[in-house]
Amino acid sequence: MRRISYAKAINEACHQLMEHDPRVIILGQGVNNPWYVGTTAIGLYNRFGPSRVIDPPISENGMNGVAIGAALAGLKPIVIHPRLDFLLMGLEQLVNEAANWAYVFGGQIGVQLVVRGIINRGGEQGAQHSQALQAFFMHVPGLKVVMPSNPRDAKGLLVSAINDGNPVIYIEDRWLYHETGEVPEELYEVPIGKGVILRRGRDVTIVATSYMVKVCLDAAAKLHEVGIDVEVIDIRSLKPLDDDLICSSITKTGKLIIADAAWKTGGVAAEIAARVVEKAFAALKAPIMRVTLPDAPAPSNKLQEKVYYPTADTVVKAVNQLLSASE
Amino acid sequence: MKTTWPNEAKYDIDAALIIEMYRSMLRIREFEEKVAELLEMGEIRCPTHLYIGQEGVAVGVCSALRKDDYVFGNHRSHGHYLAKGGDMAKLMAELYCKATGCSKGRGGSMHIIAPEVGVLGTVPMVASTIPIAVGSALASVLKGIDRISVTFFGDGATEEGLFHESLNFASLKKLPVVFICENNFYSSHLPLHERRSLDSIYMFGLPYGIPSKRIDGNDVLAVYFAMREAVKHARKGEGPTLLECRTYRWRGHVGPKWDLDVGIRDKAELDYWMSRCPIKTLERRIVNDGLLSYEDCTNIKREVKQEVEKCVDFARQSPEPSEDDLLKHVFIDRRDS
Repeated sequence: MRRISYAKAINEACHQLMEHDPRVIILGQGVNNPWYVGTTAIGLYNRFGPSRVIDPPISENGMNGVAIGAALAGLKPIVIHPRLDFLLMGLEQLVNEAANWAYVFGGQIGVQLVVRGIINRGGEQGAQHSQALQAFFMHVPGLKVVMPSNPRDAKGLLVSAINDGNPVIYIEDRWLYHETGEVPEELYEVPIGKGVILRRGRDVTIVATSYMVKVCLDAAAKLHEVGIDVEVIDIRSLKPLDDDLICSSITKTGKLIIADAAWKTGGVAAEIAARVVEKAFAALKAPIMRVTLPDAPAPSNKLQEKVYYPTADTVVKAVNQLLSASE
Repeated sequence: MKTTWPNEAKYDIDAALIIEMYRSMLRIREFEEKVAELLEMGEIRCPTHLYIGQEGVAVGVCSALRKDDYVFGNHRSHGHYLAKGGDMAKLMAELYCKATGCSKGRGGSMHIIAPEVGVLGTVPMVASTIPIAVGSALASVLKGIDRISVTFFGDGATEEGLFHESLNFASLKKLPVVFICENNFYSSHLPLHERRSLDSIYMFGLPYGIPSKRIDGNDVLAVYFAMREAVKHARKGEGPTLLECRTYRWRGHVGPKWDLDVGIRDKAELDYWMSRCPIKTLERRIVNDGLLSYEDCTNIKREVKQEVEKCVDFARQSPEPSEDDLLKHVFIDRRDS
């Protein structure tokens, strides 16, 4: 099968979705800008025109609201926020309106909406262009949250998200854009709410999100060389969360590390840990460990960035620590 | 029968429509007076914001709309829902948070909906349905349908960024949306003059290139005529209009009380506005013009009262939502590929 990049996979999904269904529209700052949104919007504006590919004024909350209204009136909008940090300005519409609409009106009407937010970290961009806010969205009933880690899932999850019927927050990490992988040419879906085991192992379960999946797979390869076999789960969808997959893996390994490149306190890793304790406590043979960002804003300085973001070595260290603690 | 009103040749309007507007305002008034009573009795318990005194706006606006046009509201939207043709019994049941309510008991007074007549939802977050209405108008344009969208909001909403973001985008894309500001001079407890240095809401349209008008919101026909122009403009693809309708809520911000005892406003102000009651004003003109007799008006009032009573019976007798349904509808099942 052909290999394409993560960015290209998203771009291809957008092209095919818009081709396939006239109700799909895109609203996003920079969609008509050749170097913005990580090349994921290339060609869309020229192909589908300004009525379906809208590069709007700088109004994050307003544009989220416009997308919600368009969805209520039967369109299938994709809103793109090229830096997730700016999505904070649009939280009101997503949390108060998109997330609640179906419930407060007794399920008579839904908000069929995809919101793409891009984590833009690294490169000395500093605190306000780097934040990974998946835990915020995961917290809110009525929102679904997905974080594809590879090109195949990037395409398939976008297709699922737009067909889902509910508001889906689709979070990308710009460090993934150049990763390549096998991607089917046709439109296909990757189910929301299902994780996947990317590497089988018996010693430790590692549940990872987004870019941390790649980091953990690298760590797993290193650990294999020294005779430690970790199982790596790409959870893919934070909400709904595939508890069953995680718990069945714990039943086998008895040990869990959760790797999420976002803040530790009140974060995704905390939620996963809590669920495992609730559902599979008896299977645990050691304390759960979390590999996350420290509870601090992102630094700008390159040296400090290196310490701030977990690497494969960070994960290797965590695994070793966990194994020695449980001996 | 056609009549000219108010004595200007450009204002031609069907007499039947005027009578319909009169009845529609009465339905809102009687419904809400009853709700005030039920709130006092503790039978309705959800936070309820009464529309009494503002009927001219909802009815003037909705009378100029088609059934398939979209309407979005706010926390004070019983009038919008009823004027657009929403089912009164379902609304009453919703105020009781019963399973038969228009939102199946999930919404209460502030989250009401009637998709069958284009009411796509009301929410209490100030200004929050303004961009949503704009988005629905965008959908109409893309689908090639000449349906328009209306959003009702109060004077307080014009202080939110969302209002300005929405005006800018709607004007830029020439979207068929009409922004209806019901300026009742208070946002919760705070009067307009303590929130703005100028009483100039209608002028907000101007910097965005949107035709804007200030109207007497207690004159239902003035609202209707202005709305008719706005609708024509929007359906022709010429873009949005902002109408500032000046009106007044007789009751307090929330609940059945009058807010006179707490020092928020004084009696003279309320008396002035009550003397300008939109329903009485129209009634006098209808009778003077010979469209109806006072007896006809009394008969309509009686019919409306009976209708409201029936709705209360329906709401009282309706079942509570099932506890088993608590988690239903967080997500909808619809999948549409």
